[in-house]
Amino acid sequence: MNINLTLFGQMVTFAMFVWFCMRFVWPVIIDAMEERQKKIADGLDAADRAMRDLEVAQAQAGDQMREAKQDAAGIIDQATKRASQIVEEAKQLAIAEGDRLKAAAAADIEQDVNRAKEELRIAVASLALAGAEKILETSVDDTAHRALVDQLATQL
Amino acid sequence: MAGGNPASTTEYIQHHLQNSVFGKLPAGFERQTENGVEVLAADTWMMAHGASEAAAMGFWAIHVDSMAWSIGLGILFCWVFRSAAKRATTTAPSGLLGFVELIVDFVDGAVRDSFSGHNKMIAPLALTIFVWVFLMNLMDLIPVDLVPMLLMMAGVEYQKIVPSTDPNITMGMALGVFVLMLYYNIKVKGFGFVKELTLHPFNHWAFIPVNLFMELVGLLAKPFSLGLRLFGNMYAGEMIFILIAMMFAAGAGTGLIAGGLNAHLFGEQTNGLFWLLIFVLVCGVCWLNLKGKLSTSNTVILSLLLLTIGGGIFALGGGLMQWGWAIFHILVITLQAFIFMVLTVVYLSMAHEEDH
Repeated sequence: MNINLTLFGQMVTFAMFVWFCMRFVWPVIIDAMEERQKKIADGLDAADRAMRDLEVAQAQAGDQMREAKQDAAGIIDQATKRASQIVEEAKQLAIAEGDRLKAAAAADIEQDVNRAKEELRIAVASLALAGAEKILETSVDDTAHRALVDQLATQL
Repeated sequence: MAGGNPASTTEYIQHHLQNSVFGKLPAGFERQTENGVEVLAADTWMMAHGASEAAAMGFWAIHVDSMAWSIGLGILFCWVFRSAAKRATTTAPSGLLGFVELIVDFVDGAVRDSFSGHNKMIAPLALTIFVWVFLMNLMDLIPVDLVPMLLMMAGVEYQKIVPSTDPNITMGMALGVFVLMLYYNIKVKGFGFVKELTLHPFNHWAFIPVNLFMELVGLLAKPFSLGLRLFGNMYAGEMIFILIAMMFAAGAGTGLIAGGLNAHLFGEQTNGLFWLLIFVLVCGVCWLNLKGKLSTSNTVILSLLLLTIGGGIFALGGGLMQWGWAIFHILVITLQAFIFMVLTVVYLSMAHEEDH
C-alpha cells in the first residue's frame, strides 16, 4: 500500500504503451476501417447509380418498344390499305376485262348472226329462185333474174 | 484453499495484500531472520521479506509483481492489437481483426462523443487505457489463491496479481493523465490557463486567492479521483474474493475423504495438490460434457460428487459465491475501465476548451 517508485515505473510504462499504440496500432486500424467505410459507401453509391441507370434504361426500352409498336401498327395499316387497294384495282381490271370479253363476244355473235343472215339470204334467194323456176316451169334466165333476186335478198 | 503459510485469518488476508517488493533497506535496519536479529551495516537493495521490511523500504522500492503483471498485460495488449493491425485490410474483417475493430470502433465512438477538439493522441490514449485497465482488472477474476499459491510453490513469497489493486499503478496512470492535462491546458490556453485558475468562478481581482484555491483543489481532485476510484473499486472487489475464499476455506477440509485422507497425506495444511486433482477432475467432467460424451445432469451430479468428496458443501457454497461475485465483478471491471477512459477523455477535452 506504500507509494513508491512503482508510481513512476507505471507512468513511464504508461507513456511507452500509449506511444506504441499511437505509432503502430491506432492509425493502421482506423485507416483501414475508414477506407473500408469509404469503399462500402462508394459501393452503395455505385449500386444506387446502377439502379437509377437501370430505371432510365428500362424507361428508354419501354419508349422504344412503344415506338416500334406504333411503327408496326402503321406499317400494318398501310399494308392493309395497299392490299385492299390492290384488290380493288384487280377487281376493276377484272370488270374491265370482263366487259371487253363480253363486247368481243357480242361482236362475234353479231358477226355470226350477220353471216348466218347472209347465208340465209343466199339460201333463201336460191330457194326462191328454185321455187320460182319450179312454179314457172320455164327456164328463167338465171343471170337476168339473179340480180333481181339478190336485190330482194338484201331487203330481207 | 488458504494456501500454506498463513495460519490465521489475519495473516491470510495480510499475505494476500502484500506486494512482492524489491527495494532499498536503510542501514541500521533490524532484520528478523531465522538466525535471530540481523542489523544491516549499509543500505541494501533486496527483496523484502514481509510487510515490515517492505514498509521500511519507504519510497525507494518497487512492486515487482505489480510492475511485471502490468507490463506483461500491456505487452499482451500491444501484441494482440499490433498483430490485428498488421492484418488490417479494407475487405471484410474476420476473426481477431473483427474483434479488435469492434473495440477500436467503440473507443472511437466514445472519444468522438466527449472530445470536441482535434488531437491525434486522445483516441490511441483512450484505447490504451481502456484495454490495459480492463486487462489489469480482469486479473481479478483469476481465482485469488491460484497464482500466488503456485508461485509460492516455485519459491516466490508474495504475489499480487491484480495491478489495479495497487494504488501506485492506478495513481501512476492518473498522474500520467494529469501531466497531459497540464501540458494541453498550457499549450492550448497559454496565459488563459492562469486566468482560468485565478478569475474563476468570481471574476474580480479581490477574489484571486479564493479562486486560486478553489480551482487548484478542483484541478488536483481530478487525477486523485481518477486514480483512487479505480483503486478503490478493484481493491474492494479483490477483498471480497479474499473474504469469500477465507470464509469457506475452513470447509475445504470437511470433505468425506479430504478431511481425513488429505490431512493424512499432506499434513493439516497443505491440501493444494489434492485440490489441484479435484480441479482437474471437475474440468475433465465439464470437458466431457462439452464434447457431448456426458449428459448435463450427469455432469452436475458428478461435479457435486467430486466436491462432496473433496471439499464438502462449504467449499461448494464458497465456489458458488466466488462464481456469483465474479459474474457481478465482470460488470465492475468493464465499467471501471470504461469510466477511467471516459474521464480521461473528458478531462483532456476540458483542457482543450477555451471557456467553460
